[in-house]
Amino acid sequence: MHKKRLVSLIAVASVAALILAGCSSGSDSASDSGVPKVDMMKELGAGEGQVNIVAWAGYVENGSTDPNVDWVTGFEKETGCKVNVKNGATSDDMVALMKTGEYDVVSASGDASLRLIYGGDVAPVNTDLIPNYADIFENLKMQQWNSVDGVAYGIPHGRGANLLAYRTDIVKPAPTSWASVFDVNSPYKGKITAYDSPIYIADAALYLMETKPELGIKYPYALDQTQFDAAIEVLKAQKPLIGEYWGDYLKHVASLKSGGTVLGTTWQVNINLAKGEGTKVEGIKPSEGSTGWSDTWMVSSKAKNPNCAYMWMNHIASPAANAGVAEWFGEAPSNAKSCDLTADKNHCATFHAADDAYWEDVYYWNTATEACLDGRTDVKCVPYAEWVKAWSSLRNS
Amino acid sequence: MLISLSNYLHKRDRLRLVALLTTPVLWLVVAYLGALAMLLVTAFFTIDSFTGNVIQQFNLGNFQDMLTDAAYKNVVLRTLGIAISVTLICSVLAIPMAFYMAKIARPRSQKILVALVLTPLWASYLVKIYAWRTMLEPGNGVLDWLLGPIGIHSPGFGGPAIIIGLSYLWLPYMILPIYAGLERLPNNLLDASGDLGAHNFYTFRKVILPLIFPSLVAGSMFTFSLSLGDYITAQIIGGKLQMLGNVVYQNFSINLPFAATIAMIPVSIMALYLYLVRRTGALASM
Repeated sequence: MHKKRLVSLIAVASVAALILAGCSSGSDSASDSGVPKVDMMKELGAGEGQVNIVAWAGYVENGSTDPNVDWVTGFEKETGCKVNVKNGATSDDMVALMKTGEYDVVSASGDASLRLIYGGDVAPVNTDLIPNYADIFENLKMQQWNSVDGVAYGIPHGRGANLLAYRTDIVKPAPTSWASVFDVNSPYKGKITAYDSPIYIADAALYLMETKPELGIKYPYALDQTQFDAAIEVLKAQKPLIGEYWGDYLKHVASLKSGGTVLGTTWQVNINLAKGEGTKVEGIKPSEGSTGWSDTWMVSSKAKNPNCAYMWMNHIASPAANAGVAEWFGEAPSNAKSCDLTADKNHCATFHAADDAYWEDVYYWNTATEACLDGRTDVKCVPYAEWVKAWSSLRNS
Repeated sequence: MLISLSNYLHKRDRLRLVALLTTPVLWLVVAYLGALAMLLVTAFFTIDSFTGNVIQQFNLGNFQDMLTDAAYKNVVLRTLGIAISVTLICSVLAIPMAFYMAKIARPRSQKILVALVLTPLWASYLVKIYAWRTMLEPGNGVLDWLLGPIGIHSPGFGGPAIIIGLSYLWLPYMILPIYAGLERLPNNLLDASGDLGAHNFYTFRKVILPLIFPSLVAGSMFTFSLSLGDYITAQIIGGKLQMLGNVVYQNFSINLPFAATIAMIPVSIMALYLYLVRRTGALASM
């Protein structure tokens, strides 16, 4: 008996040792200061035959969702790069997927891009190899979420606001403010939804900017402990109102359609999908403004298909493809020439592609850090890791 | 060639054993125990708060977070409650069904009944749960449409929905072992009990139940452990309710070490459960 036990102990210990050895040799630890050095591509070679993409739902459409919505098939024929796409539900998903090294390209929002850059998961982008980069709106290039120290880390994709969705046949009068999803006496209790990600804390902070000015929130991604706690209180009070939190956009669309959800935060693409199935639903940017996104196509530092990745980034930034995505997803395109190619000639006007004033109260997703992003130096801000913990605690309480 | 190989092996006991056991042992040690060991080790790591990269440095922070935050105590209790309810519901439904199949039905219909019990296992898990989503949809789901007129309403998405969904999913895993147990039970024991004047219920309590107890335990190991680790059902019909599996799912992309820490909970509960089962002696007679 004792001998048996000893043998099994040795077996377990040796497995553990093997695993530990595997761990320590296989990982590159990121240093705290500065960006890990990753080489930039020098020149474009022949395509590898495929490209693996992590993207937001609706960014890579090959006609399977809607036969008229297809900017992938042409690219595949032209370049010989077969496109494999994996949709990410949240920025956190995307960061995790990119860390696996299995993917070549990602459409990263501002709350993922810097984490990817500083984590050494993405490589600087040689914009000279992307001819369509020249036509991108100048005020989207080299921003703090897509470049570091004057080095570009990606190609701007487009931007949009998170909207307030409501069923026009059920929610009356039509909401105009985010207060409608935080009102504890809401008549739509149990049929309200919220986005299932720690980044949603910023939506509560945005609401507090308007309703509790004494907290002094200037930027919803720069919250000191007091402000952060206030935002969490808002979300705790909101929880009884929520029927379901959504992460899976298809389930979210199904809920809007069935009436399980009648009010809550959404993306324009979900509104479009639900409308396409005959649901009476609208999305608005409420009076307080909104959180939103400004996305960037980035290339993995471990890309196995870098040439196809560059070809894809050039393709998706081209006026035709960029117009296609912008119109399908419901966002403002990044390529100035896209505006002439949209099916709806007013698309760029509707989505304020070149209207800087419109974007003033849209707070693009960003990664909160201990150093306050709004420039305050007298306090420490709550870093994103704490947002994650608070969200996990809120969701499980 | 084959014959000579067989002759060669015939004389060498040890080699034969090695050839036979290498693959399963490798599988068990590397894939199974290895994964568990990895989980245990990862639970003591931490992450870089900005990039989310795992830092391999021994640290007890995850356990501290888990133990001090009341939310995680609640989710453990909630998950346990769901797993126990599912197991109880499955046993209550499975015993009469299995009894009918094994003792009352004719041999021909017996086979058909076994096949019928197995049919739900042919459909995909996801399809079944999405079907329950349509059934339970509050307001305009099938359940409300069917039972609304007599005043019964769908419980909506949440804890009760999860319990219904999981009980439906795991019921065959409970019926089959009990059915097998009852089949082995000699009919004359039941007759003898009746002859000696015991009521049906008394016979059930004093004769049947003790004899099928090992089968019941075998079934409960399936229903309990499968419910304990489930997260997809909770995601689809759980509304905003989360189970332990959801906490792992929610954290593994952002904070892998914390997810590993949480994942240790169902592992320990199962280990404890198996230990208790072993003490009852049910494993030996299975």
